Amino acid sequence: MANDIRDVDDHSGVETTGHSWDGIKELNNPLPRWWLFVWYGTIIWAAIYMIFMPALPALPGLGTNTTGLRNHSDRDLVAAAVADLKSARVAQSASLLEASLEEIETDRSLQQFALAMGESLFGDNCATCHGAGGRGAVGYPMLADDVWLWDGTLDGIEYTLRHGIRHEGDDATRFSMMPSFGRDGLLSSDQIDGLTHYVLRGSGQPHDMEAAANVADLYQAQCASCHGANGTGDRLQGAPNLTDQEWLFGGSEAAIYNTIYNARNSHMPAWQDRLDDASIKALAVYVHTLGGGE
Amino acid sequence: MGQTTLNIHPSAGQGGPTPPPPKDLYAKRLQIYPKLAHGRFRLVKWVVMAATLAVYYLLPWLRWDRGMGIPNQAVLADFQSEKFYFFFIEIWPQDIHFLAGLLILAALGLFLITSLLGRVWCGYTCPQTVWTDLYIWVERAFEGDRAARMRLDHAPWSFNKAWRKLGKHTVWLVIAFWTGGVFILYWHDAPTVAQGWFTGAAPLSAYWFAGILTLTTYFLAGWMREQVCTYMCPWPRIQGALTDEHALNVTYRYDRGEPRGPKRKSESWDNRGDCIDCDQCVQVCPVGIDIRNGSQLECIHCALCIDACDEMMTKIGRPTGLIAYDTDIAVAARAAHQTPPKFRILRSRIILYTLLIAGIGGLMVWGLATKATIEANVLKDRSPPYVQLSNGRIQNGYTLKLVNKVSEPRMMQVSITGIEGLTFAVVGFEHADDSPIDLPVEAFGVDRYRILVSAPEGAGQRQISISVHDIETGETDTNRASFRGPNQ
Repeated sequence: MANDIRDVDDHSGVETTGHSWDGIKELNNPLPRWWLFVWYGTIIWAAIYMIFMPALPALPGLGTNTTGLRNHSDRDLVAAAVADLKSARVAQSASLLEASLEEIETDRSLQQFALAMGESLFGDNCATCHGAGGRGAVGYPMLADDVWLWDGTLDGIEYTLRHGIRHEGDDATRFSMMPSFGRDGLLSSDQIDGLTHYVLRGSGQPHDMEAAANVADLYQAQCASCHGANGTGDRLQGAPNLTDQEWLFGGSEAAIYNTIYNARNSHMPAWQDRLDDASIKALAVYVHTLGGGE
Repeated sequence: MGQTTLNIHPSAGQGGPTPPPPKDLYAKRLQIYPKLAHGRFRLVKWVVMAATLAVYYLLPWLRWDRGMGIPNQAVLADFQSEKFYFFFIEIWPQDIHFLAGLLILAALGLFLITSLLGRVWCGYTCPQTVWTDLYIWVERAFEGDRAARMRLDHAPWSFNKAWRKLGKHTVWLVIAFWTGGVFILYWHDAPTVAQGWFTGAAPLSAYWFAGILTLTTYFLAGWMREQVCTYMCPWPRIQGALTDEHALNVTYRYDRGEPRGPKRKSESWDNRGDCIDCDQCVQVCPVGIDIRNGSQLECIHCALCIDACDEMMTKIGRPTGLIAYDTDIAVAARAAHQTPPKFRILRSRIILYTLLIAGIGGLMVWGLATKATIEANVLKDRSPPYVQLSNGRIQNGYTLKLVNKVSEPRMMQVSITGIEGLTFAVVGFEHADDSPIDLPVEAFGVDRYRILVSAPEGAGQRQISISVHDIETGETDTNRASFRGPNQ
């Protein structure tokens, strides 16, 4: 097509670019002027931004990314904000440290502060395993009811929080160990079967009378030292009550068999290494008020 | 980015008829240069402008003593403490329906006034009208009246034009900034935030909103003007449904004005109308319409054309009122040589709106006068929904929020009922039965209590009622909440 002749599309009355493919012509509709200027504006803005703000990743031999003239860092801002929060809480945290756990729970203003602080700490640190509001999960005890494996008093909860359960590296941690009766060959499969029915009977569930009766002596020999002669458990050893409806790892025949065969010894970290004292006290009060504190 | 067109018939354009190029549907806005009118309506508008601006600029500075520790600003929307103060009225988040009622009242008031007097709100008191009028006044001060402004705009750039334009926009921006700056005073303690503004201590949101309001004022009143009313505002569309032929509107009385035409002094007034086509009504119009074409969507009924026409009628020795507040039905009657009906204030829609306003207003006054000073909100724990205790009972946890809206601390008696054998405990208190318990609430306080309610196994899914009672005042607030248990 000749260069000096404008080719205008008949149908739309718009000039074409002169390009044509299989009879399809390209119309020349340039971008609106304002759009172009906005685009130029963003290019200029990008250049200015790169001068003032972190923009380029680390290049070989240049260390970390560019920091820009403003030396901006979101990480530092977060650290500063956290420090601000801590200093804003100093006064009330100090009063938490001075007061006993009972005083915190009964004093209106201390209680409100401790519960608010405890709720957010619980959400950040504990809810992953124990669930929101301490609803618990298989293997992770429910904290909202009044069934406690170790201790449900304020001081007991604080102790558990500080030292954890079966936490390596803390000599004062709450510790006990149930043997893996089946896996380590201490008991035969038949004996475990019988014990399973013995436990089912103790908790009032359907069971095989004969199988349960056969292992009565075996239970007293192998289990009663921790779980008690009548199966009500022992808080000192964290041995659960076998006669209630509360099952940490399930109360079905298969689940109980599995527990006796493999043993379940779950862990909780010692939080005194990770949280400050005020936080631990707030958490203890929060957990104690969830529903079943003693 | 180019558009492509499919050329189905290669021979098109030679044989068949070529369709006409698409017609441009976009009309460019014509700059309007309103001329200064003189007369009583112009005077009324100056007064209303001064009054409304004074209210807007000065209201936040007005103080209102409410006692210790409570903001003493007469009108304040205090977001920090979640309260709205309006002279003697104090609205808590729980009373937010009063704000809704206020908005409904405002809408009904607008309906009523529109049925009576047409768009007086638009013409006199709407902020868009007031600030546009103010901006045109500034424009006139720098660039002169209509003719001078038109000349200046068409003239090439010169020092004279430059300083006048620069001066105008500077003053516009100052006014805009002042407007935006005052807006934020309604949301914080005015003296504090005004001082903080200049020392950099004001909250960031204050700078943001002041900036936004500065820009909107500058653009809406300086540049957009009548386009806001014509294209952006929904009111011109709604008012068509509200006004009728009985409403007083700014009206050209065609029965008297037609046939119109220019007239020499020597010519007689026989067989012609009073309108001499002087165009004054069009020149003063801030929305650039000709009122002689009848009621129009663009018309904001500012009545400046009445002033312009009256001035001209006086000059040529004819009676004033060729353009006046009149009803369509009266003009039509006179045109048909009948006696125009008298203007009727009592029409069914007027009575209806008045009754609605009185009803809703009365309800709100009654509500305010008897506003509860205690309130209870119950929030049920959702996780876990319930727990079974070792003794078999089912327990649900609740957070009870007690609101005390008076300046004295009080005791509130809480009782919970609804299930046979129910007991409840309040965390931090020695209480574990079904008897009512007294809980303290601070002055102007919102206190939270954690309550554990338990019921015998088998209660299932039930409703309980949580009642809060002030023994001294006798006020009671009862809340229902659900009680969850295992499905049976």
